[in-house]
Amino acid sequence: MGRLLVIQIFNGLVNGAFYALLSLGLAVIFGMLRIVNFAHGAMYMLGAFTAYSLGERFGLGFWPSLFIAPVLLGLFGVLIERTMLRRLYNLAPAYNLLLTFGLTLVIQDGVRLFYGISGAPYSGPPQLAGVTNLGFVVFPTYRLFVIAVSLAVCGLTFYLIDRTRLGAVVRACTENPTVTRSFGVDVSLWVTAVFGFGTALAGLAGVLAAPIYSVDPLMGSELIITTFAVVVIGGMGSILGSIVTGFLVGVLVAIGSALYPPIANTLVFILMAGVLLVRPTGLFGLPEGGR
Amino acid sequence: MLEVRDLQAFYGKSHVLHGVSLSVKHGEVVSLIGRNGAGKSTTLKSLMGVLPDRRGTITFDGRDITRMTSDRIARLGMAWVPEERAIFSTLTVRENLELPPLLRPGGWTLERVYQTFPILKERGAFAGTKMSGGEQQMLAIVRVLRAAPRLLLLDEPSEGLAPVIVQRIAQMVLELKKQGLAVVLVEQNLRFALKVADRHVLVVDGRSVETLTTEQVRTREKELLDHLSV
Repeated sequence: MGRLLVIQIFNGLVNGAFYALLSLGLAVIFGMLRIVNFAHGAMYMLGAFTAYSLGERFGLGFWPSLFIAPVLLGLFGVLIERTMLRRLYNLAPAYNLLLTFGLTLVIQDGVRLFYGISGAPYSGPPQLAGVTNLGFVVFPTYRLFVIAVSLAVCGLTFYLIDRTRLGAVVRACTENPTVTRSFGVDVSLWVTAVFGFGTALAGLAGVLAAPIYSVDPLMGSELIITTFAVVVIGGMGSILGSIVTGFLVGVLVAIGSALYPPIANTLVFILMAGVLLVRPTGLFGLPEGGR
Repeated sequence: MLEVRDLQAFYGKSHVLHGVSLSVKHGEVVSLIGRNGAGKSTTLKSLMGVLPDRRGTITFDGRDITRMTSDRIARLGMAWVPEERAIFSTLTVRENLELPPLLRPGGWTLERVYQTFPILKERGAFAGTKMSGGEQQMLAIVRVLRAAPRLLLLDEPSEGLAPVIVQRIAQMVLELKKQGLAVVLVEQNLRFALKVADRHVLVVDGRSVETLTTEQVRTREKELLDHLSV
């Protein structure tokens, strides 16, 4: 049982790696734009499909795709922000939800039109094939790599936002865009950049997921529901909260479903309900009005 | 350097400024006096472009800025210190200081800021809002000076502060004025306004009704105080 539990913890960390990357992107976007990006799951799916297509059409392997796909997704995010989201900031939040939800449907069906509904296999990097013996556990090398990349990217993002001058501008735009703009900062440019960065993170998660899960048009819509729960548990817009909660939820759900399999699909929502009862603003969220 | 003609402003559908006119020359301090809700802060916000829905004409250094966004107005050399000071709680004191981009040469360097207000250096790594009200007001003012503005919009700088600090801020405004900075000041504290301003624009119900010299305000002090305190 002990060995199985350790394996389950590692499986949880792999799931958590994706939750963390996705909820981090949602958190930076929510902080800056005050919108809940329903299209985030579609961006993740597009990341995986971009990697797949780069391989099919141009013969590019995993490594170049790992860099190219997030950049393309970031540019796609920039395009969406500039041409669509931008027009809705002064309207009721429901319009953002409608737009991003509608985009999800359009993107999903668009991909389905080109590739069909069935999942496509995507091979990971040969260098990371096989398993690695960590002494106390033997685990697939590629999945360890996914955990490491997610930790590194999340850590780097947190450092960038929390400790650098660049991050200070982002925090200022988030806290009080009106005053920040009055200092001569082009806030709208930063809003675009942050949205692009968030979608790039989703794209990165998609590429990382491609070799593990099957690449299909609905892969994002399944994952994004859990990710929204993670965001709520961590606290809307909290950077650190989304990272820590992402991994935490991944591990807790993995352990829970090992102990009592029927609970696997509901555990995250039970956690969410529990946290909301005790701390309505989430584990890392500031109290209402504390912004 | 600043010419405002018949400025009107709107918050959504409500018409809040009905015609404010004023002019400010280089190195001049002009105060806006009037009751709470007369439209003084709104005037500053409209000048800065923070309140985008405005009509009339605002000419700053010969350029029509009536339809510009606040970041462009800032780049032309206008700076605004809002009434609530707007110190960022998610930024340290130092990050607050370094937030405004250096738009022109001649702005206050960090060394100069620290020399004038050593406390800001001491508290550099603290969250901006962890300081006292007076320290926050100092920070709010020097923060915008880093960008070397030529016109400063100061909203209620003495509000809620101890007399010693108010003195200090008055001195600072006078020094800045000596260096050629123009200031539009909103003040409830008439003594503070009399001390630092050259001219006073009386604002009543969103309109500028008259411009008074400091002498005129002094002779009519009782009448004005009665008007302001209602």
